[in-house]
Amino acid sequence: MSFIENLVPLSIIICLGGGIACSAIKGHAARRLTIILLCAVTVMSACVLAYTLIIGHEFVYVMGRFPAPWGNELRAGCLEGLMALFFSIIMLLSIVGGIRGQNDDIAIDKMNLYFIMINLMMSSLLALVYTNDLFTAYVFVEINTMAACALIMIRNNGHTLVAATKYMIMSLLGSGLLLIGISMLYTITGQLLMPNIREAVSKLDASGEYAVPLTVVIGLISVALAIKSALYPFHSWLPEAYGYSTASSSAILSSLVSKGYIFLLIKIFYRVIGMDVMVDHKITNILFIFGIIGMIMGSVTAIRQSDIRHLIAYSSIAQIGYIYMGMGLGSTAGMVAALFHIMSHGATKSMLFIAQRGLVEVSRRSKNFSDLKGSGYRNKLAGFAFAVGAFSMVGVPLLSGFTSKVYFAEAAITAVHSKMWIAMITLAISTILNAIYFIRATISVYTPRNMDYRDPGYKPAQNSAISLVCFVVLNFFLGILSYPIAYTIQTGLKVFR
Amino acid sequence: MSRKRSDYRSTFYSRIENFVNGKEEFLLYKPSGNTEARQLEALEEELTEAADLLDKREAQQRLQDSTEPLDFLKKFHRLYGIIAAIICLTMMILLMSAVSWLPRFGNPSNPANNEVIKRYIEKGQEETGAVNIVTGLILNYRGFDTMGETHVLFIAASCVMILLLIAEGEEKKSSYAFDRYMEPKNDIIIQKAANFIVPVVFVFGIYVILNGHLSPGGGFSGGAIIGAGMIIHVSAFGFKKTGRFFNEHVYKVGKVSALCFYVCCLSYYFYMGAHGYDNHIPLGTPGNILSSGLILFINMFVGTEVACTMYAFYALFRKGGL
Repeated sequence: MSFIENLVPLSIIICLGGGIACSAIKGHAARRLTIILLCAVTVMSACVLAYTLIIGHEFVYVMGRFPAPWGNELRAGCLEGLMALFFSIIMLLSIVGGIRGQNDDIAIDKMNLYFIMINLMMSSLLALVYTNDLFTAYVFVEINTMAACALIMIRNNGHTLVAATKYMIMSLLGSGLLLIGISMLYTITGQLLMPNIREAVSKLDASGEYAVPLTVVIGLISVALAIKSALYPFHSWLPEAYGYSTASSSAILSSLVSKGYIFLLIKIFYRVIGMDVMVDHKITNILFIFGIIGMIMGSVTAIRQSDIRHLIAYSSIAQIGYIYMGMGLGSTAGMVAALFHIMSHGATKSMLFIAQRGLVEVSRRSKNFSDLKGSGYRNKLAGFAFAVGAFSMVGVPLLSGFTSKVYFAEAAITAVHSKMWIAMITLAISTILNAIYFIRATISVYTPRNMDYRDPGYKPAQNSAISLVCFVVLNFFLGILSYPIAYTIQTGLKVFR
Repeated sequence: MSRKRSDYRSTFYSRIENFVNGKEEFLLYKPSGNTEARQLEALEEELTEAADLLDKREAQQRLQDSTEPLDFLKKFHRLYGIIAAIICLTMMILLMSAVSWLPRFGNPSNPANNEVIKRYIEKGQEETGAVNIVTGLILNYRGFDTMGETHVLFIAASCVMILLLIAEGEEKKSSYAFDRYMEPKNDIIIQKAANFIVPVVFVFGIYVILNGHLSPGGGFSGGAIIGAGMIIHVSAFGFKKTGRFFNEHVYKVGKVSALCFYVCCLSYYFYMGAHGYDNHIPLGTPGNILSSGLILFINMFVGTEVACTMYAFYALFRKGGL
C-alpha cells in the first residue's frame, strides 16, 4: 500500500482536528491555523489526484479494523481527487480573499467559532466526496448543514438570522427526506455500502420486487438533495442566505456547499442506484425540466434586482439549473458537462462574491448599482475580477463559463430529439438573459464617477488582491486548458460505475 | 453637442439607461400611454434630484398603497394554508402507502437480515471484546460514523455559542447578575434535594459510561446523565458554586482533550486496519471491566464531550456564557 493512500483519511481527520483546535485558541490564530491546514489539504488532494491518475484505477481505504460491509470505507478515484482538490482550492481562496470582510462582519470573540465551522465544513465536504458508504454520507451531510447555518448567522444581524432560519428549515426538510430515503433503501436492500446497494438494486430492478419502494426511494433522495442544492422550486432560502452573510461565507455557500450535495447526488446516480435504473425511473426527465425552468426563472428574477449581492445570488439559481439540466440529459456527455460546470461555476461565483466585496468597500458600503457606479475605477483589481467573472458567467470565449456552455451544447446535441431542442433553445435564451444583467452590472461598475466615494486613505486589501488574481488565473485556466480537466472527469466517470 | 429629444424620458433607450443605473426594474415597468402617467413620471424625475424628498414620497406612496395589497395578502395566506395542507396530506398518503410495500418487520427472510448482521451478532463479542454488541458496533466496526456523530454534537454546541454567547463587557455583567431573575434563589427545598440527588446522578452516569461495553448504555447516554446532574446542581446552587468544579476553563480543556484523544484512538484503528497490522491492544476477558481494548476509553471521551455539551446548552440559554 502506497503512502499516498493514507492522505485520503488524513485530510478528513486533520480538518476535524483543526476544528477542535480552533475552539481552544483566539480568533486570528484560528484563522492562521485554518489557512495552513487548508494549504496542507490542497497539497494532499493534489497528491491523491496525481496518484490516482498514475495508477489509473480507483483505490479503497478501509476505515477501521474490519473490511467494508461491516466497517466503513473510503474510496478515491481520479474524479474524487479532482473534486477534493477543487473544493480545497476554492475554500482556501475564499477565506483568504474575505479576510477584511471577516474582520468587519464578525465579532472578534466569535472569530474562532467561525473557523471551527470552516474546518468542519471542509472535512464534511471531503468526506462527502470520498465516502463509499451511504450512512457516512448522511452523517457528514448533517455536519455540513449545521456548519452552513452557522456560516450564515455568524454576521449577527436581523437579515442573517432570518436567512439562517429559512435555510435551516429548508435544509432540515432535505435532510429528513434523505434520511427516510436511505432507511427505506436499507430496508429493501439490506446494505449501506455503495457497490453492494448497487448490486442489490440491479437485482431488484430485474426481478421487479419492491418496485414501488424503489421508485419512492429514488424520488426522495433526488428531491432531498435538490432542496439542499437549491434547484428552482426549492430556492427560496438562497437569495437571503447569499445576500446578507459575510463575503467569504457567501462564496463558500454558493460554490462549495450546494456543489457538495450535487456531487453526492451524482455519486448516488452512478454508484448507488445505477444510471440505467435512474433513467428508467424517469427521474432524470424531472430534474431536466426543473433545471430548464430554473435556468430561465433565476435569470429573469436576477434582472429585476438592483442590489449586486442579490443579482449574484439569483444568478446562482440559474447556474444550478444548468447543472441539473446537464444531469437530466441522462448521458455521460451531459454528466461531464454538469461536472465541469460545477467547477466552472464554483470558481466564478466565489470570485464574484469576493470582488463584489471589494467594490462595495469603495462605494460607501452600498450594494445598489446607483452607488456602485465607477467603483471599477476606485478599486481597479476588484473591478477587473468582477468583469472577468461576469463575462465568464455570460459565456465569453476564453473564460470558463464559455467552455462549460460548449460542453452543455455538445451534450445536448447528442441527446434525444425532444430534449435536444428544449436544451439548445433554453441555453440560447438563458445566455441572453445572463448577458442582460451581467453586462448591465459591468457597465454600472465602469461608468465614470468622481472618486470621493472612497474613504480617504483607503487601500485595497492585499489578501483579497492575491486571491482575486488566483481566481482570475483559475478562470482562464478552466477556459483555455479545459481538456485535461474534462479528460480527468471522463476517466473518473468511467471507473465510477 | 448631441441633442436630446424632448420626449426622451419616455423612449425605450431612456428606460434601458435607467435600468443600467439601477433606478428602475425593467420587467415591472408599465409603459405610460396617457398624459397623466407622463406627468407622474416627470414628477418622479424631479424627485430623484432631491433624494431625501424621494424617500419621503416613497414612504407616503407605500402608506397609501398598503391598504390595497393587504386584501390580496389575506387571500394569498388563506390559499397558501390550503395548498400547504393538501401537499402535506398527499405526501403523507404517498409515504404511508410506500411503507406498506416494504418487507414485513421481523421477518427472518428480510433483505436486512444478511451476512452483515450475522457477523455482528455471531462474532461481535469475540472481535471487539464488548459484551454489548451495539457498543462494539458503533465504536469499533463503524467507528468513523460515530466520530462524525460526536462532531455533530460539538458543532451544535459551537452554533449555539455563535447565537447566544455574550461578549465581555457591561452586558455580560448584567446578564450574569440577573441570571436568576425568573428562578427561585437559594430555595432550601431544591438545595436539600440536590444534595441527595446530585452525587447519585453523577455516580450513576459514571457507572453507565464505564459499563458501556458490558451493559446497555455507553458514552452518549452516560454523558447525558452526568450533564443532567450538573444542570440540577447549577439550578440549585447557582453558577458560583458550580464554577468551583466546572467553569469555562474546565469546559474547554475537557472538551478539547476528549475530542482530541477520541480522534487519536480512531486514527490508530484506521491506520492499523488499512495496513492490515494486528491489533496490539489486548481485548481482555469479555465481561470484565477492563476489556474490549480502546472501547472503554472511547466511551469515556464520548461521555466527557456529551456531558460538556449538555451543560453548555443549559448555561448558554440561561445566561449566555459558561
